[in-house]
This record gives sequence, structure tokens and C-alpha cells, in this order.
Amino acid sequence: MQKQADAILPLKEISKSPAVLELKAVTKVFPGVKALSEVSLKLIPGEVTALVGENGAGKSTVVKILTGIYQPDDGIILVDGQPTIFPVPQAASQSGVTAIHQETVLFDELSVAENIFLGHAPRGRFGLIDLKIMNKKSCDILHSIGARIDPEQKLKDLGIANKHLVAIARALSTDARVVIMDEPTASLSHKEIEELYELVESLKSQGKAILFISHKFDEIFRIADNYTVFRDGQIIGDGAISDVTDADLVKMMVGRDVSQIFPKRKTSLGKVILQVKSYTHPTEFEDISFTLRKGEILGFYGLVGAGRSEFMQALFGITLNTFGTIKIEDKPVQIKSPADAVENGIVYVPEDRGRQGAILDLPIFQNITLPSLGKISGNGFLKLAKEFKLARDYTERLELRAASFDTHVGNLSGGNQQKVVIAKWLATQPKIIILDEPTKGVDIGSKAAVHEFMAELAEQGLAIIMVSSEIPEVLGMSDRVIVMREGRMVTELNENNLQPETLVRHAAGI
Amino acid sequence: MVKRFIKSRETFLICAIILLITIISLRFPGFIRPQNLANVFNDTSPLILLAIGQMIVILTKCIDLSVAANLALTGMVVAMVNVAAPELPIVFTLMMAVSLGALLGMFNGILVWKLAIPSIVVTLGTMTIFRGTIFVISDGKWVNSHEMSSAFKAFPRMEILGLPVLGWIAIITVMVFTLVMSRTTLGRAFYAAGGNPHAATYAGINVGKTQFWAFTISGALAGLSGYLWVSRFAVSYVDIAGGFELDVVAACVIGGVSIMGGIGTVIGALLGALFLGIIKNALPVIDISPFWQMAISGCAIIIAVALNAQANRKKGRIILKRAELKT
Repeated sequence: MQKQADAILPLKEISKSPAVLELKAVTKVFPGVKALSEVSLKLIPGEVTALVGENGAGKSTVVKILTGIYQPDDGIILVDGQPTIFPVPQAASQSGVTAIHQETVLFDELSVAENIFLGHAPRGRFGLIDLKIMNKKSCDILHSIGARIDPEQKLKDLGIANKHLVAIARALSTDARVVIMDEPTASLSHKEIEELYELVESLKSQGKAILFISHKFDEIFRIADNYTVFRDGQIIGDGAISDVTDADLVKMMVGRDVSQIFPKRKTSLGKVILQVKSYTHPTEFEDISFTLRKGEILGFYGLVGAGRSEFMQALFGITLNTFGTIKIEDKPVQIKSPADAVENGIVYVPEDRGRQGAILDLPIFQNITLPSLGKISGNGFLKLAKEFKLARDYTERLELRAASFDTHVGNLSGGNQQKVVIAKWLATQPKIIILDEPTKGVDIGSKAAVHEFMAELAEQGLAIIMVSSEIPEVLGMSDRVIVMREGRMVTELNENNLQPETLVRHAAGI
Repeated sequence: MVKRFIKSRETFLICAIILLITIISLRFPGFIRPQNLANVFNDTSPLILLAIGQMIVILTKCIDLSVAANLALTGMVVAMVNVAAPELPIVFTLMMAVSLGALLGMFNGILVWKLAIPSIVVTLGTMTIFRGTIFVISDGKWVNSHEMSSAFKAFPRMEILGLPVLGWIAIITVMVFTLVMSRTTLGRAFYAAGGNPHAATYAGINVGKTQFWAFTISGALAGLSGYLWVSRFAVSYVDIAGGFELDVVAACVIGGVSIMGGIGTVIGALLGALFLGIIKNALPVIDISPFWQMAISGCAIIIAVALNAQANRKKGRIILKRAELKT
């Protein structure tokens, strides 16, 4: 008994240690919008605090306030207990706050060392940049995080994982005491994520306070000590991670129970709608063959860079110079452009919905009808009545709430923008829909909605190809799974042998 | 709807133009006589034609610097054809000007589409090529008024309801392209291709081809203006409309066309051109020294654009649910 108490005591001691950075009742108002309301947050040396919340809950605003990009309208920032203001980002970085962003903000044409020390390069004589010291210091930092990267290399020659390491090295180069990581694992493979966890552990042991933003619950429970849950710009709950379960967190985030994550559906497979035979591209993928039935969800699993998206882009007519045959409903088809694909009933909802999805400067209805212009026009002239009807049908179907059809998509929230993108594709009345990472970067509440919607579409007889890197999603949603590795189909798994271990083994080639 | 109209940049520009005319008429009351305003509009017509073409090109994230050179080349060709065959009907001349201009525009378009060369480079090159070609075909000589047939010169000056044909052509072009931009699939494609090329590609729109058609339209309008310009001023030589492409781009920018693509309207281009046209017409009549005129019109451009940019500053992100419902 006595011994156990002793063992617990020092732990409590640590969490009582003073916060290095603290927000007290911080409020941030944008014209007409209260983005943060009385937010208080403590970051403690040697501890990882997970920031949890749905998209648009205000997490990014907190990061921007902590890094001096935004200034709070009310409330105070405390550094080592002293009230401080960060009028400019440099002030935050001088106080030891540094952030690694979702999209790494680095410069392709500069060298690794220049990227690491941009803005605070060591100066030599005459105030010129001392390249020698800069390269040497870069080498040391990279070494300390276990990265084997030549500091004189140009950044553009590195892979995405190494770029991430450079971003981390950059964060550490300023003698950071607080490291903010904004969804750092979003674009990393399984192995790279493991390495990142080790890095976080080592940063912790160096006494850095870490703010970790993530949508993935497994990693929050793996590395975080504390949690803070946001909803609609307010803090809903915080405390030690060991006191909560993932169900608790989800409940706080969405304000309701998410009882079952994956919808059950009646799988009634129809006739074969798509046959792909020995599809090959000279450099990207080889010998892809499969069939797809009506009402089926076919998962494509693989590590990042396994060639799944590349294959899908070829299937959709974006990548040309491919060989092999495609039959839709037993008829051979040639797909030479996205227009051909849409014509043949194939649509592709790309991974990067922000960049490839909606046209922000166009109103809702024009976005929805964009791929269907052929259907609502005659001789090149649009028939507005038809256009409005088509747009109204699909906004209603997706329960898209917006004051007016004329609202520009750029003025909608992320969730509603996504609805516009989905409505746009459904309006083409496709037979086959390709969803590339349908829930990447999506909060857990919306995730369930997306999954439910997919199941509903399949039940209506749509054939779905789902590219996903999230194992639970692949397992939960797919009727069959094709695993790809290095541009080839490794295996096809069905319900009988669909196990997470098998999936990972095939994808990694073990 | 009404609220949005009041807030739109078109309304802002209309107010700016009215203000401008008021200020000018305080110093020179004759300026607001209907006949004078009609003259100013007529004078500005070539700029309006070119600005509409340029607006479409800019919408697709491109720029066409060769419009003025296209105008000069087409003008020279139709003038020389007229000298060689004075009896050809005007309809033929008009068709020739439009098709030759369109062809030159297509040349730009093909290079941008098929070779994926940035449009600023392509049209910088073709601008020089077009001007050079005028030298080659004309030996650097002028085609003067007395060499042109009278029908050739009379057409743009013919008055209908007090406005010369030149002005009517601008009005018709504005109407036609307002329709094209809002009611045709091609018009929609221009906005989509510039607004988000990736999304447009996934929606089955061929972005390169859309840009090609934008250059073709810009070229056709430049060709049409070529004939109108040469016949109106009754002279053609290598340097006509030198530097005019910059006025055209300026008119677009004043008219609220986003240089990043995807945003712009025909009415905006029209108003931008009128704003510039009024300044250029008014400065001489209100006795501003010619030395100051360029500087002043430059300042006016920057002020107009700065005010426009101010009005279009990004608002905060919409995060709260109730804020979204209000939009």
C-alpha cells in the first residue's frame, strides 16, 4: 500500500509544476463571429496536451493566438506566469513558442539548413549569414531527432516524411519550450508515425511542453498526458487523459453519443458494373485487375504512395498513357478525359477537397451543376429553370442549410462546403463513385455522417470505390478490400480474411 | 438581392463614375451635354471591346498582352486589302477582321494550351511578332486616309439615333457577352477554370481548352477593334495603339476583375473602361497640362484599384452556426 502511494506522488508533483504558457479567459471575435469564448489553457513542461474538437471548433484559432498570428480581443497570455502579449509572430517565437503546421510551411528551393534557420540564421562578420555554423547547427539538430538528412540538400529533393522532420528541426532550432503540432501525422505512413511518437517522447523528456492537435483517437491516447476538448469556440472539458475513455471524448466533442461508428447495411450485391483488366501505367502502377458490383463498397488500402490515388486518377481520365481495358456494364469504354469518365457514370471525389473540390468564388448552385452542364443545356445555352431544379433537388437531399442558393461557397463552413462537393457529384447521377480518403481531416461527428451516407448510397445501388489509409474505416465500410503496394495489387481480401493484421502485413510487404 | 446590388463593386464603380463626371462638369459644364457623353462613350468603345476580351482571358488565370499588336496587325491587313480591292463590301471587311483576329488569338491559345507556356510569356512574344509582321507586310509605310475607300472609312462613323456605329458595336458586344458569360456552358467554364482549375478538371472541364477559347474571343474582339480603329482614324501604321494593352488590363482591374482569375463581370469591364475613358477624355478639356495627364490617370487607376481591394478584403472565417445562417 505504502509503496503504491509513493509511486503516485511524484506524478502528481509533475502535473502541478507551473505552466510555461497559459491562456486565461481568451476571447477572439471576428467581424460578426465569435471564434473563441473565454478559453483557458495550460501547457506544462514535459507534458503533452491533446487539443480535441470537431473541424471549425476553434482549434486553429487557438494555435494562431499562441503563435502571435492573431491577438486576443480579451483575456491574457501568460508566459512563466507573467502576462505577455504577442503582437507579432516573432514575439511568440522569442518566448519559445513554435508551431509545426498541418501543411508544412517550408520552401522547396532553399536548402534544408536555410529552411531550418530562415528568419534567425546565425550571423557572421558584416552581419552576413554564417553558412558554416548554420550547416553545423542544422546537422546537430537533425541528428538529435534521428534524421539522416544532408543540411545542404535542397528541400524539394526530400520526401514528405523528411520534410516533416525538417519542419520539426526548424521548430527546435529556436530553443523552443512549447511545441505545437497541428495534425502532424495526417500525411505520414504507419512507420513514420511510429518515429514521430518516439520523437514526441524525446521532446517530452527534454522538458518541452507539447500541444498536440489530432483527429486520431488512438494516437491521442498513446502519447497525450492531458486533453482539452473544444466545441463551438468554447472549452467543454479538460483533464488527465487517464481519467477518460475515447467514448467520453467523443461525447464531449459532438455533444451527443456516437454509439456505433460504422453503419450496418444490407449488402445486396447487384450485377457487375465495372471490370478493369491489367490496367498499367509506365511509371505509376501495373497490372491492376478487379471487378465491382452494384451496391458494393470496394476498399483500396495501402501505405501513402502505394499508387492508389494515381490509379484512380487514371481510371478517371486525368492521367493518360495507360494500357488495359475497362468495361462498364459489359461494354468496353475508352476514358481519355474526366469528361469521358463523367459521361460513363464514373465520378471521383478527390482527397484534397479544398483544392480540388469546390470553386469558392462561384455560388452554391453553380458549383453543384458544374459537372452536369451538358444535362442542363442545349446548344451550349444553359436552361436556368433546369439548373435551379437540379441544384435544389440535391441540396435538399443533403440537407444543406444555407440562406440562399446564391451564397458563394467560400462563405460556407467546411462541413457545408463538403456537402456542396458531394451534391455536385451526386447530381451527375453516377453509377460508380470513387471516394479518395473520404474522411481525411474530418472530425469524428462528421465522419460518422459520411460513413452513413456512403452506406445509404451503396444500398441505393451505387458502386463505391473507397481509397482509405485508415484501417478501421477500411474494415468497417468495405465489402472487399484490395491492398496495393509499390504500384501493384498485392492481394484482394473479402469478409472471411479481412483482419487488421493481414491488411497491414500485405501493405507493408512483410 | 437589393442589398447585394448596393454592396456590389459595380455599384461602387457607377458611383465613382458619376462623381467623376460631376467634378469634371464643375470645371467644364459642357462635359455633361448628352452629345458630349455620347462622344466620350464612342471614343472609349475600342477600349470596351478589348477589355471584355481581356476580362475573359484574365478570368481563366491568363493575360493577353498581344491585344494591341493584334489590333494593329489586323487593322493594317484590312487597310491593305481595302487599298488593293476597294469595292469589297464592308460585311466582308468585318468578317475578315474578326476571323483574322480570332486566328491570331488562337495562336496564343494553342501555345498556352498545348505547350503549357505561361500566357504572359506567350503573349509578350506574339506581341512582338505581330508588330514585326506589320513591318514586313507594310515595309514600314503608312496607309493614309486618301488611299482608303470612302465606305471603309464611313462605316464606324455612321450615326444611328445620335450614336455612331462604333458605339453601337460596343453596346451590342456588351449585351452579347453578358449573355455568353451568364447563360452558356462556355461562360460558366471560364469562371470555373479560373476559380479553381483543379476542381474544374475533376468536373470534366478541359481547362487548357477553355483558356484557348478565351484567347480566341480576345483575339476576335481585338481584330474587330483593329478595323474600327483604322477606319475611324483613317490611318494605319506600325505603331497604332502602342501600349494600349496596358490600358486594357488597367480597365479590367479597375472593373473589379481579379488578376488571380475566377472573378469578373462584363459590366465590370465596361465600367472600368468607361472610368478610364472619361479620365483620358476629360483631362485635356479641363486644361490639365499634358505633362501631368499621364501621372494623373495613373494615380486614378491606383486609387480605384486600392478602393476596390479595400472593399473586397477577406472577412473572418465563419465558424459559429448562427453566423452562417445569416449569410
